[in-house]
Amino acid sequence: MTHKIDIKNLNLYYDEFHALKSVNMVVGEKNIIALIGPSGCGKSTLLRTINRMNDLIEGVRITGEVFLDGNNIYDPGMDLYELRKRVGMVFQRPNPFAKSVSENVAFGLRVAQFKNKKKIAEIVERSLRAAGLWDELKDKLNRPALDLPLYQQQRLCIARLLAVEPEVILMDEPCSALDPIATMKIEEMMVELKRNYNIIIVTHNMQQAARVSDLCGYMLLGEMIEFNKTSEIFTNPRDKRTQDYITGRFG
Amino acid sequence: MERHFDEELTALKNQILEMGAITERMVSDVLKALMERDGSILKSIEENENTVNRMQMEIDECCLKLIALHQPTANDLRLLMGVSKINAELERVGDHALNISKLVTAIIEHEQLKPFIDLPKMVEIARGMFKESLRAFVELDVDKATSILLRDDQVDELRNKIVDELIQFMCGDSSTVQVALRIILLANNLEKIADHATNIAEVVIFVAQGKDIRHHAEPLT
Repeated sequence: MTHKIDIKNLNLYYDEFHALKSVNMVVGEKNIIALIGPSGCGKSTLLRTINRMNDLIEGVRITGEVFLDGNNIYDPGMDLYELRKRVGMVFQRPNPFAKSVSENVAFGLRVAQFKNKKKIAEIVERSLRAAGLWDELKDKLNRPALDLPLYQQQRLCIARLLAVEPEVILMDEPCSALDPIATMKIEEMMVELKRNYNIIIVTHNMQQAARVSDLCGYMLLGEMIEFNKTSEIFTNPRDKRTQDYITGRFG
Repeated sequence: MERHFDEELTALKNQILEMGAITERMVSDVLKALMERDGSILKSIEENENTVNRMQMEIDECCLKLIALHQPTANDLRLLMGVSKINAELERVGDHALNISKLVTAIIEHEQLKPFIDLPKMVEIARGMFKESLRAFVELDVDKATSILLRDDQVDELRNKIVDELIQFMCGDSSTVQVALRIILLANNLEKIADHATNIAEVVIFVAQGKDIRHHAEPLT
């Protein structure tokens, strides 16, 4: 059976530093997966291996395989533009472009030489709706995106991803810059998006991992210590190291 | 790393153990009063039952606060759920002890029908089960908890034997009905105490291992 994402024996080195150690992880269809663990454990590094963002960092060496729908994304012939369209990413700080709301959402389409204005308008609306922003911004489509409050900027970045119809959305602490209400809105949106997308989120907020994810991986010193259903991880973890971390005894 | 939360959990655990000690003493006293036909032992039962009721509310409130303020997970969460469940079990044991106390008062007013044979056995097993269920909780000892579960059937069998025998008595001599019926009720209350001990043992296994073995959901290992 082919899984959406299948990570096999993945090792990553930053020069001499062994940052990911023989990581294995399987992601089925339409799930939210949370990666948790202390700072520096490798969770963001692991996230970035899934759309090869680590390729941009000097001194990185990778062994092992990451399959997306059965194809190893580290095969030499992999089209990185296509890969990053299929596997989009949301960062800690929202990073909208200095353009209008609608131009931000349409950005990926323009890069792809999409010219049909009516179709673009439709996709902008659909993407903003999916990100839960349409009602709030439908009358402000020409407003500069940078004027929006942070939580709207973050959801706008998500709408920008959705416009190019990714299959997997990677989120690297997407709520760390947001207040609790804005965090709740992003979480609600994630649960809605999970109907159509696979989401992998790195979070330091364990309650967030517990609230939104279906599966959860606990990482420590570059190793995947435990990967299991979130309900199991938070009620009956198999590994004492996981238990010590989620109960706050770690350290 | 010692957490502030650990201190609060320890305090809660001590509270439930204190409640356990009071109910254990109540059970012990009422059964001693029965065996020795000595009503003077029963004086403090009602007061103890009031204490147990008050403690039940305090412990529930404490559990609620700890869950709301600390959002516990894993073994911490299981321990809090366990304390909350054992809290309810102990309160019921207190009720049964009070019932037994009232029955004993009435029973010892009458002459003994015959020397007790099965009742002392039942008393011994049920009292032992209850006492050990609390020890198993203190030590989170799964083996001890499992051994309690295996004894519940013995209590049921003895209760059935006692009931059958007393029915015979009542059929043969209607003047025995008053006492015999009360002994049957007493045996039922005692059997319930053994059931609560079984429930506590199941909670111990859940707290220690995260396994829910109630209704044979997971086999005993």
